[in-house]
Amino acid sequence: MAGDEPQSPDLPPLLLLRKPIAFLLSSLSTRFHLLKPWESPLPLPAFLSAHATTVQALLITGLAPVTAVILDSLPSLGCIVTTSVGVDHIDLLECARRGVAVANAGSVFSDDAADYAVGLLIDVLRRISAADGYLRQGLWTLAGDFPLGSKLSGKRIGIIGLGSIGSRVAKRLEAFSCTISYNSLTMKPSVPYKFYPNVCDLASNNDALIVCCALTSKTHHIINKEVLSALGKQGIIINIGRGALVDEEELIKCLMNGDIKGAGLDVFKNEPLVPKELFSMKNVVLSSHSAVNTEENILDLYQLIIANFEAFFSGTPLISPVSA
Amino acid sequence: METLGVLFTFPRNSYLESELDRRCNLFRLWEAPPESRLDFIRSHANSIRAVVCNPIVGADADIIDALPKLEIISTCSVGVDKIDLDKCRQRGIRVTNTPDVLTDETADLAIVLAISVMRRIPEADWYVRCGSWKAIGDYKLTTKFSGKTVGILGLGRIGTAIAKRAEAFDCPIIYHSRSEKPNTTYKYYPNVLELAANCQVLIVSCSLTPETHHIVNREVMDALGPNGVLINIGRGLHVDESELIKALVEGRLGGAGIDVFEQAPHVPEELFGLENVVLLPHVGSNTVQTRKAMADLVLGNLEAHFTNKPLLTPVM
Repeated sequence: MAGDEPQSPDLPPLLLLRKPIAFLLSSLSTRFHLLKPWESPLPLPAFLSAHATTVQALLITGLAPVTAVILDSLPSLGCIVTTSVGVDHIDLLECARRGVAVANAGSVFSDDAADYAVGLLIDVLRRISAADGYLRQGLWTLAGDFPLGSKLSGKRIGIIGLGSIGSRVAKRLEAFSCTISYNSLTMKPSVPYKFYPNVCDLASNNDALIVCCALTSKTHHIINKEVLSALGKQGIIINIGRGALVDEEELIKCLMNGDIKGAGLDVFKNEPLVPKELFSMKNVVLSSHSAVNTEENILDLYQLIIANFEAFFSGTPLISPVSA
Repeated sequence: METLGVLFTFPRNSYLESELDRRCNLFRLWEAPPESRLDFIRSHANSIRAVVCNPIVGADADIIDALPKLEIISTCSVGVDKIDLDKCRQRGIRVTNTPDVLTDETADLAIVLAISVMRRIPEADWYVRCGSWKAIGDYKLTTKFSGKTVGILGLGRIGTAIAKRAEAFDCPIIYHSRSEKPNTTYKYYPNVLELAANCQVLIVSCSLTPETHHIVNREVMDALGPNGVLINIGRGLHVDESELIKALVEGRLGGAGIDVFEQAPHVPEELFGLENVVLLPHVGSNTVQTRKAMADLVLGNLEAHFTNKPLLTPVM
């Protein structure tokens, strides 16, 4: 099997910080001489120092952080590719300062993320996961019909972040006769949806908010107490972005007090730790940061990773570059 | 309408029940023990001129025969398979259903079932709640929904609504119906076996008739295959349930999202332990909004009949 063969030193070196899934590990080793710190007895700083002069390319998997300290250890680094769309785990300013180009997963995941967001929204409204559990516990025969859910068609949905993922969420929900509006860094004149420059206004004019934006210093806790209050008792939050986009403590309080109707959450403040108050709630649907984790994606992702590094090594522009 | 006797066959629809109770002389079938239901009906037969029923407790030949003054049957559903239509035709009994008001709801459900099965949403929710994310790691890779070919069995109102939604996920649409539909660009397949062989998600949305009984049988499931997903939002009897269980357990069918069962509310327990299925207790049109709309349509039809106006949504 490719991953077990001795690697040729003629292949360009590629540093990883964390062990990736088996498919990526074996496929990448056919193209690169992989530097795998988790197999070394050396602590990470020493391992990085040992390869400081040769490492030009770094693949970040599993959202491993790239800090100024790590960048300092890799003076020859020229290109970082991350397997995620989000880049909040990478110090982009420091990369820019050092002339290190960064690429992400582009729109490889966008369909899957949008599918999952729609799935979570309908699940919360129609109580799909809860109904499945109800049936499997034998309650349909014992306790009768499952309680009524809430209709999706005609609902007003506010999307926070109308990028690659948000625009796909919008397209899907329009087919369910939902009315779409959005908040984004800037208004997009070419889209037919209403723009709300203020997230509280977006919340008070919608039945559900779907958080699809990147995590930056500006969007930290973009969903806060005021927004939740504006959303109201019939409101629903779906978060497929990053945990820190939502004030988690405030969200839990609102859910416990019935100040919002429900939530679908793929991401959390301190993954994989999920506040235990959520475990007993019937009006939430939870997932393990897996909105993009499909088998079909992995092959597409691999091809994008290769294409980005090939571009870098041949001096041509990256395929899915990210700027600070 | 206060002296009008109405037989109401199913409980737990409090809005409809209270409205009927307010306007008519209401007889609740479930108040009689099952073995004496026909006696109960016969004892009130002189005043019962209307039956309000649903897909679980319908109006079969025995009930219709026991009601010589029956003029109209209003079902709170779009399916009429639980009504003996031949008897109604013979006796000149009008029949109404509740089309259109539940189309969106049912189509929404078909799509969320497909996404839920392929992306394992309920499984992942359970995985997180029982602490496995912390103990074991991320939930495993699942199957993409967008872009998969969706095969629709029955391109009526609901089938068309399902197609419109699936297209927004870039799913190519193919279908099989009693006859080819002239005003559609979707590819038609002349039989369900070929439909199943050419799609990855097969959605049952046709009406239940003698021809469509067990239309999804072992051959169809094998044609759909180990990467295929079956979604049933029609009737339990559309699918050969015992073959379905075998196909899922043996891996010949990739997964299933089922809202209807042959012997509802009894669901074969062999399904409970499977992670590639999503099982729902017939929630097809079960939202507050749609239930009210369906109930209003039932009431509207009864009112129309008993004030000699045209029926709103007649079946016959």
